[in-house]
Amino acid sequence: MFQYTRINSDLNFFQKLKNLDYVLLVCIILLSITSALVMYSTDGGEFLYHTKSHATKLLVFFIMMLMISFFNIKFWHHLSYFFYFTTILLLIYVSIFGIKVSGSQRWIDLYYIVLQPSELMKIAVILCLAKYYHRVNVEKINSFISIFLALTLIFTPVILVLAQPDLGTSILIVSSGLIILWLGGVKIKYFFVSFVTFLISLPFVISFLQPYQKLRILTFLNPDRDPLGAGYQIIQSKIAIGSGGFFGKGFLQGTQSYLDFLPEKHTDFIFTLFSEEFGFIGSILLLFLYTIIIIRIVSIGTFVKSIFAKLFCFGFAFAIFVYITVNLSMVLGLLPIVGSPLPIMSYGGSSMLATMIGFGIVMSAKIHSNQTII
Amino acid sequence: MIKKNLGIRKSDIINRRMFIIGVAKLIVFGGLIARLFSLQINENKKYLTLSDKNRIREWKLPPTRGNIVDYFGNTVAGNLKVYQLHVIPEQVENFAYLIARLQTILQLSNKRVEKIKKKKSQLKPWESLIVSENLSWSEFLKINNYLYELVGVKPVMTISRDYPFDDIYTHVLGYVSQPNEEDILANEVIQEKFVPGIKIGKLGLEKTLENDLIGVNDIQRYEVNAYGKRINQLEYQKGKQGSKIRITLDTEVQKLSAKLLEGKAGSISVMDIYTGEVIAMYSSPSYNPNSFLFGISQDEWQLIRNNPLKPLINKTLSGLYSPGSTIKPIVALSALENNIIDPKFKVHCKGKMELHGQTFHCWKEKGHGFMSLRNAMKQSCDTYFYEIARLLGVDRLKKTADKFGLGKKVLGEYFENEKSGQFPDTKWKINNLGRGWVLGETLITGIGQGYTQTTPIQLCLMTAQIANGGYKITPKVLTYDNQLISEQVKRAMLSNNNDKPFEKLFKEQKNIKIVQDSMFGSTNELRGTSYKSRIDDPKYQFAGKTGTAQVKRISKRERELDLKTSQIPYEERDHALYVAFGPYKNPRYSLSIIVEHGGSGSSAAAPIATKLFKLIIDRHELRKQVFDFKEFNI
Repeated sequence: MFQYTRINSDLNFFQKLKNLDYVLLVCIILLSITSALVMYSTDGGEFLYHTKSHATKLLVFFIMMLMISFFNIKFWHHLSYFFYFTTILLLIYVSIFGIKVSGSQRWIDLYYIVLQPSELMKIAVILCLAKYYHRVNVEKINSFISIFLALTLIFTPVILVLAQPDLGTSILIVSSGLIILWLGGVKIKYFFVSFVTFLISLPFVISFLQPYQKLRILTFLNPDRDPLGAGYQIIQSKIAIGSGGFFGKGFLQGTQSYLDFLPEKHTDFIFTLFSEEFGFIGSILLLFLYTIIIIRIVSIGTFVKSIFAKLFCFGFAFAIFVYITVNLSMVLGLLPIVGSPLPIMSYGGSSMLATMIGFGIVMSAKIHSNQTII
Repeated sequence: MIKKNLGIRKSDIINRRMFIIGVAKLIVFGGLIARLFSLQINENKKYLTLSDKNRIREWKLPPTRGNIVDYFGNTVAGNLKVYQLHVIPEQVENFAYLIARLQTILQLSNKRVEKIKKKKSQLKPWESLIVSENLSWSEFLKINNYLYELVGVKPVMTISRDYPFDDIYTHVLGYVSQPNEEDILANEVIQEKFVPGIKIGKLGLEKTLENDLIGVNDIQRYEVNAYGKRINQLEYQKGKQGSKIRITLDTEVQKLSAKLLEGKAGSISVMDIYTGEVIAMYSSPSYNPNSFLFGISQDEWQLIRNNPLKPLINKTLSGLYSPGSTIKPIVALSALENNIIDPKFKVHCKGKMELHGQTFHCWKEKGHGFMSLRNAMKQSCDTYFYEIARLLGVDRLKKTADKFGLGKKVLGEYFENEKSGQFPDTKWKINNLGRGWVLGETLITGIGQGYTQTTPIQLCLMTAQIANGGYKITPKVLTYDNQLISEQVKRAMLSNNNDKPFEKLFKEQKNIKIVQDSMFGSTNELRGTSYKSRIDDPKYQFAGKTGTAQVKRISKRERELDLKTSQIPYEERDHALYVAFGPYKNPRYSLSIIVEHGGSGSSAAAPIATKLFKLIIDRHELRKQVFDFKEFNI
């Protein structure tokens, strides 16, 4: 009995080291190196602020990820609700005291890092719901109370994030949350019904959108509507990607980026620069790298013992998939522009922090795959 | 145990649903790859073009104008290297200091500095600001000496139009200057080639031949960033200099014409009587076209504009004058052609002639006595011409005048400002003045007064066509490939068995000969009006007709006073005219001279012809040798 309540598992350090998922680890390292190189290119081929900052964060958060993975998955199970509610508090704090940048209030200045709690919430909501569905009885999964509680857990932060306003992150939080509901076993009928309801209510939802968000949708539907204004980003992004061709223009040779035609090339549009310089072949390889990471996480999910770990792995894998899909669709002109970073690649501490925490917990689940949680 | 079963059930559901999602993910990633494929492989070309369009900007530079050379290949409108001073504002640390420094070095006026400052505010910081368009060599050296402390200053060498003969050719070539909006709108070629700093023809051949002269712009291709700033130069595409144009004029004759008319208002035109090539065409006074290149100063402009001798008017082409007695060869020819008179026909000149109660005076108050045609031409007897004009009638006279090119533009296709003048007849008066023709008007038309208005070039053409035996010629100022030289045209004209026969302006050529002979008498025989200006050497001997055109009606009192020219106010003095051709034995050239308010043709205009013929005929041998037209017309 004593053993189960101990936070530390009975594995020793070397056993844990042996249990680390090296495929995932190598993929993450490869991705990190790629992202540092691309960041170097956004700085015009010089070792400037963005590159330095990005590389430092990568190093710090990578070490942090390793530390997280050495803690028993049971510990993270314990901490899930705490993490979730702390993030909720941070979101509330942000809505009152946050830093306002170009109309949205999303950030807390922690001096060494500007924290964006909504990014953390993307992980927190998965952790929280994984724990929730770990605990809920199979019989009660489709009960009203159970679904209502789960939806409350999802939409409380979503409302806070929407109010910032930040549509992109809200969508990502909702999709991360809903996927746990789906995996947890909520009836497919419910998903279907709510999806239809959502479609019907879409026009009303749109009427509540901020003017700039509406503009983004209009621009998405026809980017040439205002080529120098709202449509500029998407047009330039498509030009950059399209002009990359099969082999790309070469490292540090992306004219669209170093001549400043690309907007937000460090953050949301990082893939555009990557794709311009490394072409179709590079983009496929990057997508392949992400796919391996997702498959690896899913496969970890399939053999872990505890429901919590399984749900988290599946949920997190799906979340990464959604981040990538939303980001790429956006820069490829398939979706309207909603702010959503490309995991690890995009400049931004909070997003990287959240992703690394996710990887850490997945790794912890792998190391402690035999750990059951009651 | 129960818990465990439930756990297994739960993870079954989770795994099953994970599988569904996995399939969905695969489809979505497949879609993304398809999109990447379509953008990067299928539409690669389109986006590559767009990306180049983004980053590559073209800068056109002013094209180099084609040179204009005279008949002998001397450049009369060329291009000169000029030194300019550019400042690139973004490279300058302290603009106010720099400008103050430049002001002391170049001694710029405060006004100029203000202008530069204003211009700077209209430019982007990386666009070069032209501080001086035309630095002198010493200024250029000074700037280069101080260059180390003048950061952001760029001495530039560029090309500018240059007229080496200053005012000699202004009325032929015109000048170039910066185009205004109208110029740009009027000419598509200018529109296409326009760049700030381009100079275009404003007048004369520079304007008419703009499209040939303008050339092709040099193009610089730069890579620019999203804000339009030049990052680096990718390519420099050399343009093409405009076509070289060779004119038919002879600079030496042109120079002499300018010298002969110095200080006077007037015009000299010289023409090859066989080819119609204009040898000289000078309108006095002229002005320096080089003054317009970098914008003329207000003072200088006012000086030109307010000059009472009107330098801005091209008197050769747009000056309208009564031909005076220079019309008499045409009147005589017309009377002969219409069989009104024969050379023996005589009129008694008593100094005046009465008609319907009106008195028509001959210039010689005492009268010339009995006059034949030859004598009347020689002494320019007005009474004789009153009489034959009366017999001829103005309508028949006009037909002859028309044939010889009066009342029509001569070089209209080259010069926009040419005027057509007029030769009146009865119809013209009814249509234009609404009143019927009066016989008295026929009489004064017969001595080149009244409604008749001619340009000097028309008189020159008229004389040329009398001199060549009465054949129509087409005057021109440009040379062409494979054109016939004077000698060839002459032979063709005389043999007259050509495929394309020359148009005859006469019914009987002997009438032309009679007129030529009487003009010979006028110059080379005693009592001829231009006898004093004759040259006896047959090499230079010429035949001509003087003319004195009244600018106002002479009142009775003035006639009685018989004032000397110098005693009359300048504006009221007669215009002096002279038309001539030579050498008489073997005619080559015709000329027309007019000196505004010069007094009588015999005293003011004819002496000029003497000097001109000497030079023209001396240069004839040289001109004959230069006929390789291809070599010049590139």
